[in-house]
Amino acid sequence: MKYRLNHLQELEAEAVYVIREVFAQFQHPCILFSGGKDSIVLTHLAAKAFAPGPMPFSLLHIDTGHNFQETLDFRDALAEQLQVRLVLGKVEDSIERQTVTEESGPNANRNRAQSITLLESMELHGFDAAMGGGRRDEEKARAKERFFSHRDAFGQWDPKNQGPELWNLYNGRKNEGEHFRIFPISNWTELDIWEYIQQEEIKLPSLYFSHSRLCVKRNGTILADSPYLIPHRLDEKAILQVRFRTIGDMTISGAMESSATSVSEIISELKAMNISERGGRADDFRSESSMEDRKKEGYF
Amino acid sequence: MSGTKDILRFTTAGSVDDGKSTLIGRLLLDSKNITLDQLEHVQRISERKGMEGIDLSLFTDGLKDERAQGITIDVAYRYFQTEKRKFIIADTPGHLQYTRNMVTGASTANAAVILVDARKGVVEQTKRHSFIASLLHIQHLIVCVNKMDLVDFDQTCFENIVASFRDFAAKLDIVDVQFIPVSALKGDQVVERSANMSWYQGSTLLHTLENLSVANDVNQIDLRFPVQHAIRVDSENMRDYRAYAGQLSSGIIRVGDEVLVMPSASKSVVKSIQAMNGPVTEAFAPQSISIELSDDLDISRGDMIVKPMNQAEPLTQFSAILCWMSNKPFVAAKKYLIRHTTREAKLRIKSIQYVYDLNALKRMEGIQELAMNDIARVDVHVSAPIFVDSFRRNKSTGSFIVIDEQTNETVAAGMIF
Repeated sequence: MKYRLNHLQELEAEAVYVIREVFAQFQHPCILFSGGKDSIVLTHLAAKAFAPGPMPFSLLHIDTGHNFQETLDFRDALAEQLQVRLVLGKVEDSIERQTVTEESGPNANRNRAQSITLLESMELHGFDAAMGGGRRDEEKARAKERFFSHRDAFGQWDPKNQGPELWNLYNGRKNEGEHFRIFPISNWTELDIWEYIQQEEIKLPSLYFSHSRLCVKRNGTILADSPYLIPHRLDEKAILQVRFRTIGDMTISGAMESSATSVSEIISELKAMNISERGGRADDFRSESSMEDRKKEGYF
Repeated sequence: MSGTKDILRFTTAGSVDDGKSTLIGRLLLDSKNITLDQLEHVQRISERKGMEGIDLSLFTDGLKDERAQGITIDVAYRYFQTEKRKFIIADTPGHLQYTRNMVTGASTANAAVILVDARKGVVEQTKRHSFIASLLHIQHLIVCVNKMDLVDFDQTCFENIVASFRDFAAKLDIVDVQFIPVSALKGDQVVERSANMSWYQGSTLLHTLENLSVANDVNQIDLRFPVQHAIRVDSENMRDYRAYAGQLSSGIIRVGDEVLVMPSASKSVVKSIQAMNGPVTEAFAPQSISIELSDDLDISRGDMIVKPMNQAEPLTQFSAILCWMSNKPFVAAKKYLIRHTTREAKLRIKSIQYVYDLNALKRMEGIQELAMNDIARVDVHVSAPIFVDSFRRNKSTGSFIVIDEQTNETVAAGMIF
């Protein structure tokens, strides 16, 4: 095993190679920084890629105005520590410019507005590439995303017409006005991220760990109670022991009930979410009704 | 905990009805890589469709809708792991653009899983899959003879398929072929051993994937270090620091090694190596590192650092296998760009020696056109030397892509043998 990399080392080597390609192939790239764990890991990797020199990327934060204060503090401290420029793109400013119309209704949020603000910010600051912490295991549509993902002059992704990506030869050529989104940690799973955070002792906002908080239960999801949340008739408020699995805009970041207070407890919890820890007898699932039957019998 | 777990990247190739999605679903489910909510979701849909069991293909299938909508079916990547390994599946659906997809998926794979329907045996599609796997120099081929439940788990049926596959594969350049009789639908021999095939003494598919030896897939003999860019620091605590960043394509590099920079042929000695967690005395492929040299040389992106006694071959004229990937056919008079390691140059395709007939697996001579999904041997000419090893010996210095400068599109994948 002497000249073999383990899975985290191989993922790290791959991500650093991609980040360096971005530096080499683009004029003015940035890191899309959301304050979430994936973008924190990405920033950590980018800093490593250029050590002992300074990290050559600005952090671009698209700010919906609906933030956890802790995320903002964390963001500012990280930018300070890395001595990089922090660029803010505010959805509020887009609303003021009337390029964004605020959604209305009980589930209104600024999730969609973010993309407009992002494009405006990239144009304003002349960024020609934005690295993000997207992972292919997040959802089916992302399973087909490239490492180097082209965006046309209107910032649009054309999933039907993506260029092939072979070996580790990434093609970042584009026309004036177009840009690329780049996903150096495409091949990482949520578990890989947490194992890497543990190995590297990467600091995270405490929102990721179990804490007691006033929450709103809505349609089966748990949201943090905040002034930005438009009250719903069917909302249930309760103080819960929760942690966040992803962190972004407060009105859409879902929490989960958890007692995990450390990275290693989160890793155990993640592994337990798979059916493996439930005894793992594949035969149990041969019949579609077995789970339902058990639930009727009071299974959790 | 995560210390010795490594990564196996494999590609799965198949046509529409061979049960590939079901096989992947079975692999994920039985290896316990499905979450409870995913399982419940799939159970609900299966129930709605009036199915008897659960539809395993739903775990990975976003593709069916896409097919209905006429969207190009593309390579999708899936992930799962066991205590031993992390697996990355490049799932390449068989379809019109099948060749392009499989070449793309195969380019990063250590192994290929090829499905054969037990009722149909080795068909043209099987041969095409295997040919592409061998062309892309995938070292391990796992032939899963699926739907064994539909042939009453018959040993003779399996053995006939093995014999006919071996017969045709003798002509291919494949290092290691294994055969496994499975029923993805029923779960036989995928993760769990089968009670229905006591005559089969070999491993399950998962056990095989977990134990494939990929140690030899990385060339640790020839030092090839393509420079991505320089790292320069000049600050109060660090004066005139200059290092070269890159990912080792192959080989091992040590502090004190005498090295040679291509193309300038200038020599120097490795002064320090910066790995991901600080300075080290040696590094090996595929680590991402940066190195300092003892001499102040003019080195930039696209240069390659090697050992004086073991250099890559600088080529400006060579022949290559090309897989055309664009819907715009090749234009003979046109100048394209070649991207090889971190190096770029102009490229002209001078002539087409032959195009493969992928159905008959024969060479067709006298063809002067290349369209999407064609694989051909061509003679090319590049404007500046690229530093090459045979693809068989070194995938990363034996491969390249071709870019259309006007559209910025990647139009072809190339391999130099």
